[in-house]
Amino acid sequence: MSRLNKQRGAKPKQENCLVGNKQIIAPGYCRLTLHAPLIAREVYPGQFVEVYMPPEHQPMLPRPFSVYKANRKTGEIVILFEIKGQGTRLIAAAEAGASLKLLGPLGNGFPELPSGAVLVAGGMGIAPLVFLASSTDLPRTLIYGAPTVAQLACPSSDLDMPGLTILEATEDGSKGDQGTTVDLLLRCINNAGAVFACGPCPMLQAVKNISARAAVKAWVSVEERMACGIGACVGCAVATPGGYKRVCKDGPVFAAEEVILNE
Amino acid sequence: MNKKHCQADLNSKTNHDHGFNKKSAGRPDLRVNLAGIDLANPILAASGPFGYGHQYRELFDLSLLGGIIVKGISPDPWEGNPPPRLAETTGGMLNAVGLQNPGLENFLKEDLPCLRGSGTKIIVNVVGCSVDEYAAVASRLDGVEGIDGLELNISCPNVKAGGMAFGTDPASTSNVVSTVRKQTGLPLLIKLSPNVADITSIARAAEEAGADGLSLINTLSGMLIDIEKRAPLLGNTFGGLSGPAIMPVALKMVWQVAGAVKIPVLGMGGINSARDALQFIMAGARAVAVGTGLFYNPDLPAEIKEGLLDYLQQQRLPELKSIERIAQNPKGEE
Repeated sequence: MSRLNKQRGAKPKQENCLVGNKQIIAPGYCRLTLHAPLIAREVYPGQFVEVYMPPEHQPMLPRPFSVYKANRKTGEIVILFEIKGQGTRLIAAAEAGASLKLLGPLGNGFPELPSGAVLVAGGMGIAPLVFLASSTDLPRTLIYGAPTVAQLACPSSDLDMPGLTILEATEDGSKGDQGTTVDLLLRCINNAGAVFACGPCPMLQAVKNISARAAVKAWVSVEERMACGIGACVGCAVATPGGYKRVCKDGPVFAAEEVILNE
Repeated sequence: MNKKHCQADLNSKTNHDHGFNKKSAGRPDLRVNLAGIDLANPILAASGPFGYGHQYRELFDLSLLGGIIVKGISPDPWEGNPPPRLAETTGGMLNAVGLQNPGLENFLKEDLPCLRGSGTKIIVNVVGCSVDEYAAVASRLDGVEGIDGLELNISCPNVKAGGMAFGTDPASTSNVVSTVRKQTGLPLLIKLSPNVADITSIARAAEEAGADGLSLINTLSGMLIDIEKRAPLLGNTFGGLSGPAIMPVALKMVWQVAGAVKIPVLGMGGINSARDALQFIMAGARAVAVGTGLFYNPDLPAEIKEGLLDYLQQQRLPELKSIERIAQNPKGEE
């Protein structure tokens, strides 16, 4: 692969977006609808947007979010995120009718889902996988897990899709099976068409190992601190057998065997 | 390498002269000469954040910039530091990218062809672990089409071996600059580190050794600790602080250096607006560069350019030169 590997699909654009519906869907979790017709038209599952901070604010750097839903017809995209630090607090404070500047669509997303795909979401890793799950009607399974029910923030109405089987797990048993996404994946890996995962690093590492052992192709969406979001600054490095790659431009979705997932 | 991409850029060359050759006869003149390089305007992209221009060109026409200083190039590819490489701080950010770069030959083969014809001046930032490495890059680039100047990074605080040592003492600065000077006829800028006791002594050493201009400042050395992990946050432990937080420090050093040397100064460090840029020019900078600001505002170069024109127009000044260094000698001061 060339060092100058480009993202598939459209060039990124800056777009001033009107904030639409905003919902605090669970304590500490926000679902934000943005009117972003240029981005909505071209974004595909696994890609992300950078949301710029309102001017003159701290922090300054834009924050990357996977696209959770996109509607070409209405020109709307939705992001789902945990309100975790100053940046997400500021974005979650935007009210309907306010304007936020976005840069997108960014990065390389997921390939098309085959029949029998298994999607593995750990916590907020659900965000890109909802968009991915909505991209087909083929039979597919979503494994969704978190430490407790409080972190299974995605509203179940958003997961109501034809042909989608949902398996849930929490470590404390407060919802679904008691256990982890990895336990659930072990149960269905042998019938999986391919695996698509997003979540914490240790989970991605386990997904990578399990899929490799079962000889099932796996794709992982990786997270790293970012600055430019377009591949220029080389700040968001992820280790690969061929040296560091850029999460924002070469990823965020990588073939599992292509990345070295530490921690 | 994407050929289509290059083509698109060649087509944009028609804009090459905008700002002073069009019917903007009434508009002030932003042209400056920096270390022998004629710039259409005094706003450059600083080395590092801008990479090799491939990405930002998707967001704006590169001919909007007076020049691009490409990310540091070493003789061989450098892998860079382990992640995390970035952390945001109040008013700034730390980076420890570690000068990851594709190496000289890959740069010439893959990156430079796309920059040729982009309608802006191309300055190559040079990094090395030894005087010989700096000299090797400089000598190879001498006379290469599409390169308008060199900037020696003798100041990057990220690389444990090399880099830091040259720029922190006048004798080694003098040694590397005079050696490189012999290898190239290209305009030669030296990028200075702020992490020194007296930046003017380094600046004078570079000037005496044959530099055509000075770039300052590079990032300030810093670190953060992750209190959950009870360990340094950055993969490299130390990183370089950039962004608006360092602007007053940079401005002071530009002031000091501009007062100590005769060669022109390229000012940078947290520039966030036309007002900031004007302050650097009034302190003695010939031109300015933006880096971190692009991350949160890709329109920054365009905004600065408009802001400079507006200021000159309001003040009824024909050119930027009229205010260069002006704050060093305010009227009425003895």
